[in-house]
Amino acid sequence: MSKGTLYNKVWDSHVVDKLPTGQYQLFIGLHLIHEVTSPQAFDMIAEKGLKVAYPNRTFATVDHIVPTKSQARPFQDNEAELMMGAIEKNVKKFGVPFYDFNSGNQGIVHIIGPEMGLTQPGMTIACGDSHTSTHGAFGTLAFGIGTTQVRDVLATQCLAMDALKVRRINVNGKLKPGVTAKDVTLYIIQKLGVKGGIGYAYEYGGSVFDAMTMEERMTVCNMAIEGGARVGYVNPDQTTFDYLKGRKYSPTADKWDKAVAYWKSVASDKDAVFDDVVNFDAADIEPIVTWGITPDQSVGVNDKLPEVSRFSADEVKTVELAYKHMDLKPGQSIKGTPINVAFIGSCTNGRISDLREAAKVAKGRKVSKSVRAFVVPGSQQVKAQAEKEGLDKIFTEAGFEWRQAGCSMCLAMNPDKLQGREISASSSNRNFIGRQGSKDGRTMLMSPAMVAAAAIEGRVADVRELMKNL
Amino acid sequence: MNKVTQIEGKAVPVEGNDIDTDRIIPARYLKEITFTNMGNYPFYDERFDAEGKPKGHPFDLPQFQGAHLLFVNQNFGCGSSREHAPQSLMRWGVRAIIGESFAEIFAGNCTMLGIPTATVNHGEMMKLQTLVKEKPETKFMLDLEKKTLLSEGKEYLKFDIHESKRNALVNGTWDSTGLLLGNAGKTAEVAKKLPYVAGF
Ligand code: SF4
Repeated sequence: MSKGTLYNKVWDSHVVDKLPTGQYQLFIGLHLIHEVTSPQAFDMIAEKGLKVAYPNRTFATVDHIVPTKSQARPFQDNEAELMMGAIEKNVKKFGVPFYDFNSGNQGIVHIIGPEMGLTQPGMTIACGDSHTSTHGAFGTLAFGIGTTQVRDVLATQCLAMDALKVRRINVNGKLKPGVTAKDVTLYIIQKLGVKGGIGYAYEYGGSVFDAMTMEERMTVCNMAIEGGARVGYVNPDQTTFDYLKGRKYSPTADKWDKAVAYWKSVASDKDAVFDDVVNFDAADIEPIVTWGITPDQSVGVNDKLPEVSRFSADEVKTVELAYKHMDLKPGQSIKGTPINVAFIGSCTNGRISDLREAAKVAKGRKVSKSVRAFVVPGSQQVKAQAEKEGLDKIFTEAGFEWRQAGCSMCLAMNPDKLQGREISASSSNRNFIGRQGSKDGRTMLMSPAMVAAAAIEGRVADVRELMKNL
Repeated sequence: MNKVTQIEGKAVPVEGNDIDTDRIIPARYLKEITFTNMGNYPFYDERFDAEGKPKGHPFDLPQFQGAHLLFVNQNFGCGSSREHAPQSLMRWGVRAIIGESFAEIFAGNCTMLGIPTATVNHGEMMKLQTLVKEKPETKFMLDLEKKTLLSEGKEYLKFDIHESKRNALVNGTWDSTGLLLGNAGKTAEVAKKLPYVAGF
C-alpha cells in the first residue's frame, strides 16, 4: 500500500466517510461540466426534487458539439442546438456559473479549468469526461466520471469511490530535440500498455517532468487514461505556482503565501512508498506515431511496423483488426504513409504552446495539396493569444484553416469529420475505430509539430528533418 | 433500491480485447439529451452497413435475441467515460457482463446502473464464449452472493467481482445518491476544513 504520496494525502483530506459498500465517500472540490454528459444528470436531480448542493463549486462550458466554423445560433445541426439549449436552461435553473461563447473563456473543459486558475493543487476534481486526468498536472486527483456520477456530484458534491494503488513513473535524463511531451506520454503507454494502469493512479516524476512546463505536464496527464489509469498527476512545484499566479480564480496576493504553503504540503514526501515504480530513460524516446486502433499501438517515426508474431496470443485478434482497419502491413515504415487530413487541437494538444510548436514548422511552408489541414484552438483564450502572436496568419498562409475553439475532430460530434476511408494525422488522444466521425476513417496520433510536418509533406514525416532547415 | 443478487438468462458473446466505448456507442448518438433511445444503438457501426442492413454481429443473430448476459474479453469499455455505453447495452437487454477485465470508469458506470461486471480468467472466458457459440440456448444464472455462474442449473465456475461493487449490488445501494446525501452534515464539515474551500 502506498504511503505519504500526494494521492494518499489528497484522498485522506477529502474522505467524508466509509460507506457500507466498502467504498469511500469523497468530497469533490471542483466539478466541471459540459453539454454532452450533463443533461441527463440535471434531469435526474430534478426528478428527485434535489438541488445542486454546492453550485459555486461547479463550472460549465460547451465544447464537444460546438461547430468551429460559424457559431451563430441557432446551430445548423438541430440536435446540437437542442443540447446547447439544455445546458443553457440547466445552468440558469440551478445557478451554475457558465462560460459560454460570450464569456471570452469558452473552450474545452480541460483547457479552461487550468487557464482560469480553477484547477489548483490539492483538489479533488471530477468531470463527466475521461480526460479529466489532465488536471492532475497541477497535483490534483482528477477523475473522469459517468453521467449518473455527475448526478451524484451535483446533488451531494461527493462521489462513492474505491481507492487506487499508486505507480510512480520516472522519466530521467534529457529529451532529444524534436521529442515532445506528447511523445513521452505515447511512449509510456506503448511500454505499459492500454490496460497497464487499471487500478492505479500514475504519479509522473523525474528530471524530465521537473523540466516540463505546465502545458507539457497537462499533455502527459491527459493521456493517463489512455494507459488505463483513471488518475495521473505530477507533484506541484515552483513551475505550478508560477503558472497559477494572477489567474482569474487563483488566490489573491494576500492569500498567496498561505495557498502556496498548502500546495507544497500535498506533494509526495521524499520517503513516500509506492505500490509500484517504473523507470524510463528520456534518451530512448523518439517522436512517436500510432499505427493501430489503440493508443499503445505505436512506433518511433523511423521504425518499421511490428510483426504480428511479436504479440501475445490474446492480443493477436486486436492487432490483426488494427492492421486490417488501417490498411497497413507489418514490416512497412510508418514514415511516408500518405495522409488526407491534418488536425491540430484537442485537450491533449490544443494549448498555446502546442500551436507555437506547430506554427514553427508551418512557417513559410505550404500544406500539401492532397491534405485538408486545420487548427482548432482549445479555448477562446488560446485563440486570442495565438492571434496576438500572429500564429493564425502563419497557419492560414501555409494553407491551414483557422477555426473557433472546441473539441472538433477529436471526437467529431460537430461538423468536422473524416470522410469515408480518409486517414488523419491528429494531435488528439484516441485512434479508436470511428473516433473521428467516419466509421471507416483512420487516425494516426502524434505531436502537434509532427502533425504540421505531415500536413506539409502530405505524408508522415520526421519533424526533425524539417527542423534542420529552420 | 432493488437488490441485484441473481441474474438469469441466455448469453451473447462479443469477442476482442480493448473494445472501447466509441465502438460500443458511436459519438453521434451522444447528441440525444435523454438515454431513452440508446437501446437502438449498441455496436451500431459494427452491426450495420451503410444501407442499415445487419452485418451479422452477435447482437443481431436470432439465437442471441433476449440474452441478458454479455461475455467479453480484456479491457472492455476502455476510452470515453460516456455512460451512454452501458445505457445502450442495458436498454438492449444486458443485465450482467462477464469479462476478463474492464476499464474502470466503464465498470463504475455499470454498477451505478445495477449491472454487475464479473471477471474470469482468459481460459475460462474462452470456454464460456465457445459454449454459447455452440449452444446459444444455454441458460445461465449469475449468483452474486455465491460468486458463482451456473449453467443449466449446475455450478459452472466461480467468478470475481470488486467487493464494494458486489456489496452495493446485493445490498441494493448501487444507486449512490441516497447514501451520499445521508452524509450531508459530514460533507459540510470536510468541506469547511479544506483550505481552498475556506478561501485560504
Ligand atoms: S478534446 Fe477530445 S478528448 Fe478532449 S474533452 Fe474534447 S472530445 Fe474529449
